[in-house]
Amino acid sequence: MKTSRQVGIVGYGAYVPIYRIKNQEIARVWGKSTWPIKEKSVPGLDEDSLTMAYEASYNAVKRAQIPPEEIEAVYVGSESPPYAVKPSATVIAEALGITPRLIAIDMEFACRAGTTALQSVIGLVGSGMIKYGLAVGTDTAQGRPGDALEFTAAAGAAAFIVGKGEEALAEIEATYSYVTDTPDFWRREGQKYPRHGGRFTGDPAYFKHIVEAARGLMSEAGLAPQDFDYVVFHQPNLKFPLRVAKRLGFSKEQVSAGLLSGIIGNTYAAASMIGLAAVLDKAKPGERILVVSFGSGAGSDAISLVTTELLEQKRSLAPLVESYINRRIYVDYATYAKFRGKIMR
Amino acid sequence: MVKANSIPRVWRERTIKYRLIGGKCKKCGKSFYPFRRICPRCGSEEIEEVHLPREGKLLYYTVIRAPPSDFEEYAPYVVGIVELKDGTRVLAQITDVVEDQLEEGVDVEAVFRKYREQGKEGIIEYGIKFRPKT
Repeated sequence: MKTSRQVGIVGYGAYVPIYRIKNQEIARVWGKSTWPIKEKSVPGLDEDSLTMAYEASYNAVKRAQIPPEEIEAVYVGSESPPYAVKPSATVIAEALGITPRLIAIDMEFACRAGTTALQSVIGLVGSGMIKYGLAVGTDTAQGRPGDALEFTAAAGAAAFIVGKGEEALAEIEATYSYVTDTPDFWRREGQKYPRHGGRFTGDPAYFKHIVEAARGLMSEAGLAPQDFDYVVFHQPNLKFPLRVAKRLGFSKEQVSAGLLSGIIGNTYAAASMIGLAAVLDKAKPGERILVVSFGSGAGSDAISLVTTELLEQKRSLAPLVESYINRRIYVDYATYAKFRGKIMR
Repeated sequence: MVKANSIPRVWRERTIKYRLIGGKCKKCGKSFYPFRRICPRCGSEEIEEVHLPREGKLLYYTVIRAPPSDFEEYAPYVVGIVELKDGTRVLAQITDVVEDQLEEGVDVEAVFRKYREQGKEGIIEYGIKFRPKT
């Protein structure tokens, strides 16, 4: 799956809220003796998936160094929009100064919506229909109190601006998507918390779709695991991305730069995209990156990118992922429960 | 008296509140936030819209512990006076802070956050707040 003309990333930005809760603290409340990751990000009371998407997008615009009004599409992927009906894309576009000549839409496909937003914008720019397009993955993920998901369900956002290949800090080489009807995780209309199929979320869902999407891309593009300097997988925990890397023939070294779930948690639609932003924060020109998302329901997008000479000068124009990771205010379970609306006054 | 839960008010003020747009008096030179049509210092009606700088210094702050009813869930929260890099003073919420560890004089930057919800079923208002510079 390729565009007819060369396109690439001209700006990127990420955002992680300042609050953290340690897994040990969640385990203390629910009487568990083991936990999957160290700590996860928690959105503040005045944050939602929309405000986080704004900050990631603001950082992407700064790196792109383009007038915001030249952006002609805003695609926002999230499963936790603040409204059930009323788009986030319009508010984000208005705040960035992109309105009104604009294609704007919210998209939902569990944790995959962000990369599908990116793929859609790649298509719009690649066809010559628009000059620049903005794609965002953002989520304030909800975990039912005491559920296994509560240890990892976190918050974050990442945004990418797509433009012509010659302006790119990373060129899009190829994409590939793999989609089936697989009921591994869902949230019914009006329900506050999602449900999942337990172990069913593993082999038939996460592993099957990521493996097929990665293999599909490599087969169509004529690439092998050793051709990539970095690989980023959707990261619901630490175990799954490392295991799928091994299954596909990637080394731990190729995965580690973009693997952040151990310290920020699973940021859902943003997870593989923040991972990509972290890789762009340190990659050298001419390096090849593979990103493979996964969204329950289920599907995976694989995207192959090659960095250019422009990357190093653009990098310092906005905060690095690391600077967001390093600013931390720890909260206890009671404060976390208040922040996440799990207790009401 | 402005009706608190007005939809037209929120809509009218959206770009001013979202993008930190202030006013600058062409007569006396005073700049202020938010934008309004009459200069608060000299009363002139010759006001131009300006995009204010997003960085500044926290001059003074106070902790709100008994807020108006729509802000109850956010309490305690911090309200401060920020002096932007061009000298404009802005009254705004200070966010991402532990209220008893905040110091006056710290460098701050503008962020886009949720202001308030018009109840559980109403619209959500967004706008500029400030946080200690990252």
